[in-house]
Amino acid sequence: MSRVKDNNYNIKNYNISNESNYLSENAISVKGLKKSFKKLTILDGIDFDIKKGTIFALLGPNGAGKTTTIHILSTLLLPDKGTARINGFDVVKEVDKVRSLIGLTGQYAALDEYLTGRENLQMIGRLSRLSHLDIKQRTEELLELFDLVDASNRAVKTYSGGMHRRLDLAVSLIASPPIIFLDEPTTGLDPRSRLIMWDIIKQLAESGTTILLTTQDMDEADHLASRIVVLNGGKIIAEGTSDELKQMVGTERLEITFINTSYFEKAKEVIQVEKFHADNKMCAISFVTTGGVHQLRQVLSQLDEANIEVENVSFHSPTLDDVFLILTGHSTEHSNGKEEEEKEVPKQ
Amino acid sequence: MTRPSFRTNIRPENHSRFYWMLSDSFVLAQRSIKHITRNLDQLFSVALFPIMFFLLFRYVFGGAIDTGDISYVNFLVAGIFVQMLAFGANYTTLNLAIDLQRGIVNRFRSLPIARSALLIGHVGSDLVRNMISGLIVIGVSFLVGFHPVAGVTEWLSIFGLAILFSLAISWISAIMGLIVKSIEAAQWTGFIVIFPLTFVSSAFVPTDTMPAPLRFFAENQPLTQVIEAIRAWMVGTPIGDYGWLSFAWCIGIIVIAMPVATWLFKRQTLR
Repeated sequence: MSRVKDNNYNIKNYNISNESNYLSENAISVKGLKKSFKKLTILDGIDFDIKKGTIFALLGPNGAGKTTTIHILSTLLLPDKGTARINGFDVVKEVDKVRSLIGLTGQYAALDEYLTGRENLQMIGRLSRLSHLDIKQRTEELLELFDLVDASNRAVKTYSGGMHRRLDLAVSLIASPPIIFLDEPTTGLDPRSRLIMWDIIKQLAESGTTILLTTQDMDEADHLASRIVVLNGGKIIAEGTSDELKQMVGTERLEITFINTSYFEKAKEVIQVEKFHADNKMCAISFVTTGGVHQLRQVLSQLDEANIEVENVSFHSPTLDDVFLILTGHSTEHSNGKEEEEKEVPKQ
Repeated sequence: MTRPSFRTNIRPENHSRFYWMLSDSFVLAQRSIKHITRNLDQLFSVALFPIMFFLLFRYVFGGAIDTGDISYVNFLVAGIFVQMLAFGANYTTLNLAIDLQRGIVNRFRSLPIARSALLIGHVGSDLVRNMISGLIVIGVSFLVGFHPVAGVTEWLSIFGLAILFSLAISWISAIMGLIVKSIEAAQWTGFIVIFPLTFVSSAFVPTDTMPAPLRFFAENQPLTQVIEAIRAWMVGTPIGDYGWLSFAWCIGIIVIAMPVATWLFKRQTLR
């Protein structure tokens, strides 16, 4: 498979084709967005801004309002209240402008099952108003990029789940929109296809595309997104980088393992920290660090003075899982205070 | 896998709104026409169903039906032909409902395309399929003893009316496809609406023997106008007012149903 040669991404071109309404750093700007269906409130006033060329994740469980947000931003749904702007264009008042700037890959593959992969790309290319020459070049380019050349003349209904998703994303990219919405891009994919999708999404962001993705998977948000919004019940309950969100849960945890039980027992007496958790099976002691490296040096010298041999020392950051469970309060284990938390030994 | 590179310098072409409406409709009709060849079941069921009816009426019921001066087979072809057009055009309901249930409509809607293009695409492709099925039905009728008297002008009139009638039913079907909530419902709406219309008409039997209220309905409903006009052109029965009445009905239905369907589609899909 040959590489596509025309891959030097041109900043100037990009800015021109963006057709920004005004000079704005934000590709997407959402203010006070509200939406209800009958009496059911789906979005209860959400605000966020997404900088151009970044990956932004909406993280939340089913029914949190993720898809509704994407649908409003991609002009499929009208908000009840609030405003949303795509490159400065209003999603309610400047629908056609917005539509020419976005690509949408929904939760369910939006492909024509009877058409071949190539025909799907060509059809959406023409509906995106590209010239026949552009469509031809772009179709072959995308088929190659997404590893779909061999299957390009087969009806889409014969495609595997991973191929469906790849084609679906390829189709959204046909007109090179500067902004892409990905609604749960890897839900239901096997681990290998998932990694391929992640790779594609990262590459896409590197080429300057702004990506808003939704996910239920903390790991995915952690891996891909530079900023994350945690949605629950139509409200934003947290926003920040992956690290910032982790910090909300608490600081890092230090874990020290010992070579044998006698050292371990001795260490339990010697060690001078406010509160620690001892794991008898693993011969490990862990505690929440407060002083960083300084505290580490202190503890290690205490152990050294008592001639205790240490097998391993490691820091553990809380996972996004921890963050989410604490923020939404869905887990009793995590929210019942320190005592309970101390029983949790981070696994690595 | 090749490391993806993404071009960002592609620009859409610039044309008038009208150009794009035609182009979008054409692209979407092309899509649906491809469905015809990829989904042969539908083409065959559209053509086979009337052929079954044809043979049933020709050989089973036909002998007991008095059609006066003309043979029953010559009487029947116009009825079967129009029944086939009606059922075939009714597939618009199903095909539209299927699209609406699937994610692909969201894709179309997130593109800057003309709102009515998807409807026009469906109606257009159903017309193409209907014309193919129509030829099959006429072909079969020659095999079972059909002797038309129609000349070139008559055949052209039949062709023109068949197109208009197919479009009229398709637009009504589009409205039904936009109203029904499920694909299952879309499948039976045709039977509920089209079935009685084709039977309470002059498609299979002369209307004279029907009870008065039914006869009044049968003689004045649009299908009978279309059937009688086509019958007159095919086998030389008296044309009366049927010619202009049938065209008037079809055009009238299109003029009303098309904007209603477009409005419904916009209302339903536009947020």
